[in-house]
Amino acid sequence: MSIYLDNSATTRTFDEVTEYMTRIMKENFGNPSSMHMAGVNAEKEVKIARETIAKILKADEKEIIFTSGGTESDNLALIGCALANRRAGSHLITTKVEHPAVLETMKYLEEQGFSVTYLDTESDGRVNPETLKNALTDQTILVSVMHVNNEIGAVNDIETLSGIVKSYNPAVLFHTDAVQSFGKLNVNPKKLKADLVSVSAHKIHGPKGVGFLYVKDGTKIRPILFGGGQQKGMRSGTENVPGIAGMGLAAKLSYQDFESKTGAMYDLKRYFVEELLNLDGVSINGIVTDGGKITDEAVRQTAPHIVSASFEGIRAEVLLHALEAKGIYVSSGSACASNKPAVSNTLLAIGLPQKLLDSTLRFSMSAETTREEIDTTLEVLADELPKLRRFIRQ
Amino acid sequence: MKYSTYLIKYAEIAIKGKNRYVFEDALMHRMRLALKQIDGEFAVSKTQGRMYVDCKSDYDFDELIAALKKVFGINAICPMVRVEKKDFDSLREEVIRYVSEEYPDRNKTFKVFARRADKSFPVRSTEMNCALGEAILTAFPEMKVDVHTPEIELNVEVREDVCIYSKQIPGPGGMPIGTNGKAMLLLSGGIDSPVAGYMIAKRGVKIDAVYFHAPPYTSERAKQKVVDLARIVAGYAGTICLHVINFTDIQLAIYEKCPHDELTIIMRRYMMRIAEQIAKENDCLGLITGESIGQVASQTIQSLSVTNEVCTLPVFRPLIGFDKQEIIEISEKINAFETSILPYEDCCTIFVAKHPVTKPNLSAIKRSETKLEDVIDELVQKAIETDEVINVI
Repeated sequence: MSIYLDNSATTRTFDEVTEYMTRIMKENFGNPSSMHMAGVNAEKEVKIARETIAKILKADEKEIIFTSGGTESDNLALIGCALANRRAGSHLITTKVEHPAVLETMKYLEEQGFSVTYLDTESDGRVNPETLKNALTDQTILVSVMHVNNEIGAVNDIETLSGIVKSYNPAVLFHTDAVQSFGKLNVNPKKLKADLVSVSAHKIHGPKGVGFLYVKDGTKIRPILFGGGQQKGMRSGTENVPGIAGMGLAAKLSYQDFESKTGAMYDLKRYFVEELLNLDGVSINGIVTDGGKITDEAVRQTAPHIVSASFEGIRAEVLLHALEAKGIYVSSGSACASNKPAVSNTLLAIGLPQKLLDSTLRFSMSAETTREEIDTTLEVLADELPKLRRFIRQ
Repeated sequence: MKYSTYLIKYAEIAIKGKNRYVFEDALMHRMRLALKQIDGEFAVSKTQGRMYVDCKSDYDFDELIAALKKVFGINAICPMVRVEKKDFDSLREEVIRYVSEEYPDRNKTFKVFARRADKSFPVRSTEMNCALGEAILTAFPEMKVDVHTPEIELNVEVREDVCIYSKQIPGPGGMPIGTNGKAMLLLSGGIDSPVAGYMIAKRGVKIDAVYFHAPPYTSERAKQKVVDLARIVAGYAGTICLHVINFTDIQLAIYEKCPHDELTIIMRRYMMRIAEQIAKENDCLGLITGESIGQVASQTIQSLSVTNEVCTLPVFRPLIGFDKQEIIEISEKINAFETSILPYEDCCTIFVAKHPVTKPNLSAIKRSETKLEDVIDELVQKAIETDEVINVI
């Protein structure tokens, strides 16, 4: 049996979701745009998913646009709004620690004549409201700040950040990439005062290749895909019916017994972090410590599923493969290859010491992760760390 | 233009003596294997010292040429039009039609080169040259004859039927796989070793390969990359039997017990020893490496002679006098380069010392190796037992 601790990369698809999607593919394969019964039945599945998701977001059904995943949602939000609001200004704001789906899109927009400010974060990975306030100008049209950081699990105070933006100028749009928070935290766009929210299905035990973008009613946005005019022209292309339906069900299941599930995840995270700190030469990133002590409050200010840990004197890739050999799957904080260090923006931004940049692993749990799995992982780490430290590249 | 037949030219085989048929049969076998991989029905045949591929069904020209270009032993591929043999008048018409279809712009110099293998045909070769040349000039006044350096050499061969061709597509050259025994390639994830394998295979040598991996220091992806590289070489060399050996424990033992500046040399000596043992068990008559003089510390002449010392089989180093850029050019030609530069750690790079020895002394290295005496035989044996054999097609 393997222990899967890479749920921020992707998650195991819920059995219910697989079965539901299989049934739709076999029996309900119509095109939602067709006029006949087969089309109507397929359209129904899309509608059910739309209702489910709208209910979770406490939003209106027409505010949901289905996409091919987090990357397309981010692209649509940023490019679509930047182009539609060009006349109001040409300045965009984001952070240095965003997912490449945001950072690379911003780069593209810079090539298209927009100017972009990339905000620094504090050492806990969060954006300081003051930093954002100082970056706003009368040219600013769009601000994009991620809800949960994918590498260290830092949670941004979106409500406060968007509040600052809106009180500066209510016309400035606020986008948040909620790919890592949806399903783990409450994501309520109205409460967050976000105009645009990106979500991906496969991070919440749904299928790959599907996601959605919440667009607040009345937001000025242009489509970036053109064709048959599906989804009111905002996203042409025949709807991915089984994918969308699977995402709806996965979202519903993720938010069932939500409080107790997240509570248990926070307890497990705290246990895991405390035990990790008991090992030699291990430090935790993204959690504020109170004189070396991890408090429950500090843990609860981060995402319940992500633990970023640095292992002094060990190369992340080697430790990753050593864990892999024992059936434990994790991810390296920065994908480093020989002679080609692709250093993580987030780890640099939080000021991680140089020697730890290539020694950091990300463990990401799901509601399915058990205490036994964490204990096994800790045992394997306790066993492997001293072994690996014997052989250090000079 | 639709070609029904291809004339296959082979160079070196033709000069072989009484065992020439061995080489020809091997070439035909390799061609048949290559053609099996693509859509269409083909017949490979040999008549009167000429080799043909006849196309028995629809096929894709580019796909066919790409497949034949990977068969060592082929010097050139000539797309031909085959017409029924009747009288000279109808032959003349066919030739005119061939020229008009094959060279629509026509503004070219040409020469007719007729061969009358069937002596019952009423017109002689030299007469045909003149008559066909005249006919072409009449039909296409913009064309000119140039018997010394023509742009088009129009071949007309009269045998059981008549073949017309004028184009030659270069083949890969070399000799058919399987005509020169088998050798063991030390394959890493780099640029050089796949090229070395390709070059030796080109001389007709069948290839087996050995790869040393060092989990957890190297990853599954690094191994997959080596399998992918082996597959690229196998496109030319035929099925490759890839031996994957777990080298971690040997590497760690060397690291713990030997001077760090000698790590790479000692490691390479053990790799050669293991490769040779597997080679002998698998009827390989030599080892192949991608080494090139002076490229890295372990490839200075001194280092090469120290690593060579452990081998009894001949070690073929086809890249020995090549510059990196020359190697890269071949790597790109065989489509291996993009895979070779994927950034995964391989076991040669993990424990590299900052200043490795460049002029190792054999007796010093041997002295260092004595520090491994009590464990190394068992470790080598255990490593050989980890041999995972992957048949790469």
